[in-house]
Amino acid sequence: MDDFLVIDHVSKSFGAQRAVDDVSLTVGKGEAFSLLGPSGCGKTTLLRMIAGFERPDRGRILVGGQDITALPPELRPVNTVFQNYALFPHLSVWENIAFGLRMSRRPREEIRSGVDRMLELVRLSEHARKRPGQLSGGQRQRVAIARALVNRPQVLLLDEPLAALDLKLRQHMLMELNTIHEQVGTTFIYVTHDQGEAMSLSDRIAVMNAGKVEQVDTPEHLYEMPRTSFVATFIGDANFFTGIAVELQHEGYVRVLIEGLGSPLVLSNGELSANQKLRLMVRPEKISLTLKRPPSGERVNAFSGIVEDMAYFGSHTRYRIRAGEHSILAQLQRSRFSGGEIDPARGSEVWMSFHPDEARVVRLEA
Amino acid sequence: MTADQPPSRQWLLTLPSLAWLSVFFVIPAILVIVTAFRPADLQGGVGAGWTLATLKEVQDPAYLPILWRTFWLSGLTTLVCLALALPMAFQMARVGQRMRQVLLLLVVIPFLSNFLIRIFAWKSLLHPEGPLTKLLIGLHLIPENAVLLNHAGTVLLVLVYTQLPFAILPLYAAAEKFDFGLLDAARDLGAGPWRSFSKVFVPGVQRGLVSAAVMVFVCCLGQYVIPQMVGGTSDEMLGSKIAQRVFSDRNLPHASALAGGLMLAVLLPMLVVVIWQGLSRKEVT
Repeated sequence: MDDFLVIDHVSKSFGAQRAVDDVSLTVGKGEAFSLLGPSGCGKTTLLRMIAGFERPDRGRILVGGQDITALPPELRPVNTVFQNYALFPHLSVWENIAFGLRMSRRPREEIRSGVDRMLELVRLSEHARKRPGQLSGGQRQRVAIARALVNRPQVLLLDEPLAALDLKLRQHMLMELNTIHEQVGTTFIYVTHDQGEAMSLSDRIAVMNAGKVEQVDTPEHLYEMPRTSFVATFIGDANFFTGIAVELQHEGYVRVLIEGLGSPLVLSNGELSANQKLRLMVRPEKISLTLKRPPSGERVNAFSGIVEDMAYFGSHTRYRIRAGEHSILAQLQRSRFSGGEIDPARGSEVWMSFHPDEARVVRLEA
Repeated sequence: MTADQPPSRQWLLTLPSLAWLSVFFVIPAILVIVTAFRPADLQGGVGAGWTLATLKEVQDPAYLPILWRTFWLSGLTTLVCLALALPMAFQMARVGQRMRQVLLLLVVIPFLSNFLIRIFAWKSLLHPEGPLTKLLIGLHLIPENAVLLNHAGTVLLVLVYTQLPFAILPLYAAAEKFDFGLLDAARDLGAGPWRSFSKVFVPGVQRGLVSAAVMVFVCCLGQYVIPQMVGGTSDEMLGSKIAQRVFSDRNLPHASALAGGLMLAVLLPMLVVVIWQGLSRKEVT
């Protein structure tokens, strides 16, 4: 991984509010990278610092080895697709896209060919003469992308690019963004609060919370191996259990005593010592539901509980199951082979089981 | 807007203001134009019968320099006012709610004192024995014998002073609706602060700019108190001539012909603006 965009110990406060707190990140050339987090986590402030609209209190930002921390936005090799697109209403689509090239005083011929090429890329050639007000939301967004990309930025920033679109269009634009990224090969940095968007758009994601980066990883790793319970809950749903490591076994397996539930065997990813307190995470879809106790074995963790609640989602059904103090979410995918034969009713007893490799030990927060 | 109301009913709402306008504006304007075709009588009134003689009288070439001065002074005042009002409106729309109210108040405060009193204030301020003249001579910024009062520059200065709020207010109304995120976009695309202002903000408040320009220009054209009081003898504007024909010469038809001509000169450009704005609005929707 080459360090193309480097964010080096960057902090930014607004009054007493620490918006971005000592964040360090590196993004590779041509990578699609997401800053993901709830509103107020500092992702937008970080984006505005990369774009040049905010100056960090501390730290440096480098693009391709050049320190851009002190540069005004107009001198940075970075362009932005704004959340509300910020298209110039008094200019046609064509002139909007040409704006950046005109500002850098490129020759007329270069402007013409550059704009036409971009219009083709975002498939808006026939709308070139229209004003932004005459376009649909999806078209406006494609103009915003073209207007930024025509300047051949080294980094393209996209601030909540899909937030203003309706569901169907969002799914379509998701594919479109991936295609555009593949075609131009520019480094894309998305800012989003939507984990689904981040997962399907990016090579890697930085999950941010309260001004700090919780974890930077590929979408698969974030989902399968979250390091903190914040990451685990922000990306997908999760069941958490607090327990004590009672028996360390070989190859990283550990038996954990969970008060009021049992003592499942799980795979731990870090160093653990005996009698250490820890937190366990199991995704709802990793829990199998059966009416009878599953055949017991060393590698199966099984507990019984009572179905408290359920919700049908079409592709799957969600169950809330009570086992003593614990309320556990489980998910059943219906097919002829898996769970097709069981149909637990509210109040009935079911067995939950999961494989040791499907549980995760996450950081115990204070 | 209440879309469910039939348009014919909505039209009724404009009836009071329409009635007001026709009684107090349209009818007097027609009367002024009609008077221009009446002969003047010796008592300063309007005689019986109809005549075209007055129209020939006002084509006197002596009016040409006055007409020219009226237009260039009004035009220049408009340009200066817009140049001063644009940054002011820009800032007013950007500052916080409290500061905005303070600034608005400051813009409107001059209206709390009488127009004539304010002009007299300028007169005494710029008077050869006045404080400003003395101060500037004391600082050697102007020669000893300089006279600040009674020339075209003074008229321009005081015109700009009186008209500036009329330029600021419509521009501020437009700037308040302006999406300042567009300036971020302009900076992001390589425009410096100045070019973001001129290429994005100025076109963004275009409608306010047109309203402000029309407002200031039209008000200037009719001015006669300012050139009379702070201008010199060779700084007469058309308004001064009309006042002179009414009050000194007691020739109402002649004054009417001048006023009617000025009115048409004002209305025609405004008509063009209205049509142009209507066309551009159609283009957007």
